Amino acid sequence: MGIKNIVNPLLQLKFILRKRNTIRIPFDEKLPAERYRGSHYNDVNKCIGCGNCSTICMNNAIDMIKIDNIESKEQDSGLRPRVDYGRCCYCGLCVDICPTGSLNFSNEYIQIEESPDTFVYTPGLERKHLAEKISYTQDVSTKLQNPLRIEMNHLEPDKRIKSFAEEVLGYTMEEARQEAQRCMECGICVVGCPDRMHIPEYIREISQGDNVSALKLMLDNNPMSEICGKVCTRHCEDMCVAAVDGESVAIRWLKRYASEQLTKHLNELNITPAPDNNKKIAVVGGGPSGITAAYYLRLRGYDVTLYEELDHLGGMAYVGIPRYRLPMESLERQKELLAHVGVKFKFSTRIGDNIKMKQLREDYEAVFLGIGLHKSRKLKVEGEDLPGIYQASDFLRKINLGEKIEVGDRVIVIGGGNVAIDAARVSRRLGAEVSIYYRRRHIDMPADNEEIADTEAEGITIIPQRIPMKFEYELKEKSFKYYCAPAKMVDDPERGRPKPVMIEGELHCIEDIDTIIVAIGQEADISAFSEVNIFNKWGKIDTDEDGMTSESGIFAGGDTVNSKNDLISAVADGIKAARGIDKFLKK
Amino acid sequence: MTENKTVKIYFGPQHPGITGNMMMEFDMLGETIVKAKTHVGYLHRAFEKLMERRNYLQNFTIVCRICVPEPDVNEQAYSMAVEQLAGIEVPLRAKYIRVIVMEMARLISYIMWSGGQAASMGLYTMPQWSFADRDYLIDLFEELSGARIYHMYIWPGGVRRDLPAKWSDKLLSTLDYIEKRLIDYDKIFFENDIFFKRSKGVGIVEPELARERGLAGPVLRACGISEDVRINNPYEVYNKLNVSPITENGGDIYARAMVRRREMDQSISIIRQALNDMPSGPFYKRPFDNPFKFTIESNQTYQKIESARGEYGYFVVSDGTDKPRRVHVRGPGFVHAFTLLENLLIGNKLADVPVIMTSLGICPPEIER
Repeated sequence: MGIKNIVNPLLQLKFILRKRNTIRIPFDEKLPAERYRGSHYNDVNKCIGCGNCSTICMNNAIDMIKIDNIESKEQDSGLRPRVDYGRCCYCGLCVDICPTGSLNFSNEYIQIEESPDTFVYTPGLERKHLAEKISYTQDVSTKLQNPLRIEMNHLEPDKRIKSFAEEVLGYTMEEARQEAQRCMECGICVVGCPDRMHIPEYIREISQGDNVSALKLMLDNNPMSEICGKVCTRHCEDMCVAAVDGESVAIRWLKRYASEQLTKHLNELNITPAPDNNKKIAVVGGGPSGITAAYYLRLRGYDVTLYEELDHLGGMAYVGIPRYRLPMESLERQKELLAHVGVKFKFSTRIGDNIKMKQLREDYEAVFLGIGLHKSRKLKVEGEDLPGIYQASDFLRKINLGEKIEVGDRVIVIGGGNVAIDAARVSRRLGAEVSIYYRRRHIDMPADNEEIADTEAEGITIIPQRIPMKFEYELKEKSFKYYCAPAKMVDDPERGRPKPVMIEGELHCIEDIDTIIVAIGQEADISAFSEVNIFNKWGKIDTDEDGMTSESGIFAGGDTVNSKNDLISAVADGIKAARGIDKFLKK
Repeated sequence: MTENKTVKIYFGPQHPGITGNMMMEFDMLGETIVKAKTHVGYLHRAFEKLMERRNYLQNFTIVCRICVPEPDVNEQAYSMAVEQLAGIEVPLRAKYIRVIVMEMARLISYIMWSGGQAASMGLYTMPQWSFADRDYLIDLFEELSGARIYHMYIWPGGVRRDLPAKWSDKLLSTLDYIEKRLIDYDKIFFENDIFFKRSKGVGIVEPELARERGLAGPVLRACGISEDVRINNPYEVYNKLNVSPITENGGDIYARAMVRRREMDQSISIIRQALNDMPSGPFYKRPFDNPFKFTIESNQTYQKIESARGEYGYFVVSDGTDKPRRVHVRGPGFVHAFTLLENLLIGNKLADVPVIMTSLGICPPEIER
């Protein structure tokens, strides 16, 4: 015990005059740090309701609840997160995983209310003032989802234009598993799919390398998974939350990868139809809706006979889609699946010629019509009927059926849809130099963006804003002349998108054209169905919610019924009709 | 009253002298303890079980809650275990940031301990000062991670956010301040006669006993045994930094306090070195394509680090799914509270119980994971 020990404690006295750390008079508030994790704030209009925040929450503090009065978007589940602050531990994983970045933390940490109910609230709808106090936000470097998909291998453009070999080479097992790892299983994609396929579930199976389970899930509501995996318009990928900030999960390629192995696993899948119920059903048209209806009706135990005008299954998939997108083997495998469950085929049988509609109605208890749109729509301009001017669907049909067509050196295609793209790329493969002429702007083209990019990579030029006026044939030079007028875009409040209007006084003439292909849309060939009165004034068929037409016992689906005119919608129609027929016959 | 009649005294679980929610049962002969028994079970939250039902990413938000005074060591050890299992390489910058965080955590823990150690002897100025000074470091954590106590900052693959602008300067000036304050602490506590009298020769741990019972950290080093995971099994970038072993002889409360006091200086020096050497570059490398499908092949690992209380380890077993099959947390407090404390208290006075407990660094939350 020395003098030091007595003096040292007096050191405390030096704090008497110092500003205190804690008590501050007058009160000055200490603001939380810039990254402080306080109460949530959610930008409800930016949020798409994917529910990833709810899934990642390790305390189950977040529920997704239905909210009214929010701006509706296409890519939106309509749900919004509601947080229970009795459970929240402010870890911020919900903020880090949010694909849109709409969910953030504010620096507000005080919540004093009389009612305990207020501790469960929907950020963004309640306590809106927190928008001003946002603190903890997402960091680009710590995104929890890989934004880039596994690149699909394609044939090089200079190689692929030399043949009709399949352009997409497909994923290997490793690539597929890795790509499937990216899916967060939020299920927003299912909303986009007309057929409501079990997308997150089968992707999970693929990620675990279990292709048989994946196939089982696919076959549950799509017997044409392989064909879809190659040519689907993939509305699902447009909805994918990964696309919000990055590339969508390659749902179509994953489906393609798994379903290509369908025939290999047929025995393991153990697909057995229900016992025969001795009811006969005719399916007219072997296209996607017909295939789907036939497959599911057969699984329900019906005796199904499929009538097809052509010599193979597929309909538009057989004669409309070029072989470099959908090779014949895929169609063969499709036929094998249907034969495996016991669907009877009657190929090269045209209703009206070989068998009358009346006969079908007598012989069968229900008829399904999936006749498709096989007649091309006309441009209605001068010279359209000249020989050497093809309608795209006829052109593609001839090519697919193996007919030789000399397109010459210079081809122009008129139209901007997927059919126009197909016709152009087929012509390119036949050795021609091709240009596409479209009425509207480049961005308005209804064709798939990926397809448009592939088209341009193959050296095909796209010339937008040209309205076709006239075709002429020069006998001397044995070539066509195409007159078109440049167009300007004028807002059209009625339709919602701008319409092209001709610029007066200007007329372009393109000379030296060997072949012209018109691809502006198709309509149904209704000549064989004069006995039944089911078509409306646009040549389409109206059905009820069971897929039944105005005539009892006649069901319909596919392009003649829906307005989307794509394969997956036809599959959805086929399922609807199969259920409807089952319901109708069990009455 | 006969000569040898003992009195049973229950100490805790709610008692200011005890270091958390645990309880001691003593048989007292007068003022002297003749038998001591540790009772736990007041704080069991089943963290190890909870982790089996959450995926590898979700788990990092739970682990920090296992130890209140020093949460970061859990995040660090857990992340190291997951990184080891999944074969993840952490960016160099993240390693330096982790070292800084670990040393800040050690500093905070020691500052808090010094307050607790002094309070257990009735020196109440020290906790007032140390807890206020600790808050300056916690403010820095708040700026870094967004939270004050449970930072949830170190995660598999790196750290969650980069250092904020000018944060390093703030940290350096705070370290200067703490360094100055440590001199004040010396004057008022570490060189205080009351502290000498209460600590010297009390709660002596013999080196043989320390080895035999598997003690760790400052308790072990105070017996003259140089054992430090940072030096013996360097993790992150400790092998690139100048960390020298700190030992004291005597094995009593005073020696343990001196080890801790010197390690505070060392931590400050390590942080300064790390800030100086820290490279620029990425601070996080995403180890998965998506956290819900982050699976780890069947394997097992034990990863250990040096916490303020000694070796802290995570034993993690993976089974090919997205969730760990088993997680075992090895906290130094477990051995200290059970095998050591019960023996060490015999023969000591009741008034020395809080002093000894604080000095051993017993933390009930890590006993009951």
